[in-house]
Amino acid sequence: MSSRDLILGRVRRALADVRDDTPYEQAVGRDYLLRHGRLSAGETVDLLARNLADYRAIVHRTDVRELPGTIGRLLGAHGSRNVLVPPGLPPQWMPASGPARVQDRAESTPYDLDEVDSVVTGCAVAIAETGTLVLDGSPDQGRRRVTLVPDHHICVVRVPGQVVSSVPEALSRLVPARPLTWISGPSATSDIELDRVEGVHGPRTLEVVLVSEE
Amino acid sequence: MSGTFVGMPAFPEAAHRAVGDRTLRGNLRHATHTIRAKRAGAVAELSDWAALREAGRQIKDHALRHLERCLVQLEDAVTAAGGVVHWAADAEEANRIVTGLVKATGESEVVKVKSMATQEIGLNEALEAAGIRAYETDLAELIVQLGKDRPSHILVPAIHRNRGEIRDIFRSEMGAWGRPAPEGLTDEPAELAEASRLHLREKFLRAKVGISGANFMVAETGTLVVVESEGNGRMCLTLPETLISVVGIEKIVPTWQDLEVFLQTLPRSSTAERMNPYTSMWTGTTDGDGPDTFHLVLLDNGRTDTLADPVGRQALRCIRCSACLNVCPVYERAGGHAYGSVYPGPIGAVLTPQLRGVQSPIDASLPYASSLCGACYEVCPVAIDIPEVLVHLRERVVQGGPVTRDGAKVILKPAKGHAAERAAMRAARWVLGHPGALRTGQRLASRARRYRPRTLPGPGRAWTASRDLPALPTEPFRDWWQRTHGEDHRPAGTEGNAG
Repeated sequence: MSSRDLILGRVRRALADVRDDTPYEQAVGRDYLLRHGRLSAGETVDLLARNLADYRAIVHRTDVRELPGTIGRLLGAHGSRNVLVPPGLPPQWMPASGPARVQDRAESTPYDLDEVDSVVTGCAVAIAETGTLVLDGSPDQGRRRVTLVPDHHICVVRVPGQVVSSVPEALSRLVPARPLTWISGPSATSDIELDRVEGVHGPRTLEVVLVSEE
Repeated sequence: MSGTFVGMPAFPEAAHRAVGDRTLRGNLRHATHTIRAKRAGAVAELSDWAALREAGRQIKDHALRHLERCLVQLEDAVTAAGGVVHWAADAEEANRIVTGLVKATGESEVVKVKSMATQEIGLNEALEAAGIRAYETDLAELIVQLGKDRPSHILVPAIHRNRGEIRDIFRSEMGAWGRPAPEGLTDEPAELAEASRLHLREKFLRAKVGISGANFMVAETGTLVVVESEGNGRMCLTLPETLISVVGIEKIVPTWQDLEVFLQTLPRSSTAERMNPYTSMWTGTTDGDGPDTFHLVLLDNGRTDTLADPVGRQALRCIRCSACLNVCPVYERAGGHAYGSVYPGPIGAVLTPQLRGVQSPIDASLPYASSLCGACYEVCPVAIDIPEVLVHLRERVVQGGPVTRDGAKVILKPAKGHAAERAAMRAARWVLGHPGALRTGQRLASRARRYRPRTLPGPGRAWTASRDLPALPTEPFRDWWQRTHGEDHRPAGTEGNAG
């Protein structure tokens, strides 16, 4: 007998006492809140900014016109010699001049990425209540490794359109089949005496640019 | 569950040693009290916590009640998304599967993201025996691995170490495993984290095989979820060409929507954060992004035996948040090592004896490693009634009875060490059933109270070693009642008022 059949057989026998024909939709009482509190779109963006900052992300606010200047300034302040930009990032977001552009190619190795100082991406959705950015591998975000290996990540969030209040609202917007990365503040550890230390393996600096869409 | 900690003494003995270690107690007290206070704050932010907890309980219960259907659905979804599903009935089989998969890649080293399941089965040791070196990449697991130590907490495996001890371990051991610790390393947490970053980065960048566990598996979509903070998880899950995930079959949830409950309750219960810094979700493989080969090893190893116990099966709801450890007065003083298992604390005291059985002295002692104060049940985000299961398992240890081992029904014999307890209970039952004997015994005891020993002889000594024998009253209660409230002493004027 295969282990598959063995295990499934054990499961069946273990549950011989259980009679449960309740359909799944009725088995789980979803009496919890879809979101916590009723905030306006503007207040939701404010909450996102507060919660991002609370977990040591650096938050900037700007509009579409000022965006390239803001990004250019952040790259300059970080002293970046080069910057990786995913293939689908809107070209008008980036400053005309500035650090050298690096392309992420299929054959790029992790070592190539380790030479990159900064990365600029968009995001799929941002969650205000938890201060979370979700990346789903869309062309403006690139594959998962590009926001992982470089030490400086600038993430552009279109507000209020890409901002939701809560985790339930975010999940309903996402496509499970895509590779998803949820980011809440920069890399951190609490493994030493439960003191929170920012910066272990992921980017030590996470900058979030909230760009208003009008 | 494999005997990970061979020759481990029973809990009382191990705990006795641990409570004498002042550094350990200090480290633990600081850590558990810090996180306990933070967690309460994080939970208080959500006004619907009780509803989330109840939904979490119901989702997990539903998944367990329909486990066969969920597992088959998951297998289909993962396979359709380009993954390969393997089934492992026990630790040995899981280790054999993983070792074979690594060997097939031709690699002799792997990077690992912290995983309770692979610790449970002793995977690192099995890989080493096959000539494969496994690098733990979670900071705390790295500390444990370099210190040739054992994890002592589910979430913070090196909770028993303070910063000075960690610096010493890094200085003396890192060189043997790769890049040595930087010159002049101090005990500043930020510097220690930086040392681990440098040490591990060279391993991440060259890694061809990653090994992980998972916090959740979604039956409906075939999605796996790993929740972490440092980014070592993301490194292991996305940089290697081959990813092997070893996951207990109880980690399944039926639908994608269910994640909305656990992604709210898990971070707040475990690290007391609104959300942990990184959560990775993947479904099979994705062209050009992440590993091109994905293997999922579904692990039983005692879980179906646990499922067969109508009282104990609720322990399989556990999402490994470790909130119960941080509130447990026994864990706080005894430390995680005393539990002799990768699952310490209150949840370990119910999970380990079910996964491994109660044959060994350590496993038979675990249901007693609790004061039954109930704090663990209060904080559990999936409402596991840990005290109820503890009492149920105590009964099993003392009385024996039918249990399921390796899928077969067996009759468990009462545990050896409890013969005296059983004899005492039988005697007590008889005495309480014979009022005359009880009265005579109580009067005799009262008169002989001057001769009351400070410690009990024989098997009773274990009890009095850490407790005072209660004082005996000068007069039995029944005699006192009879004397002061009996027929002859009823206060005047009360007669006839009873009705």
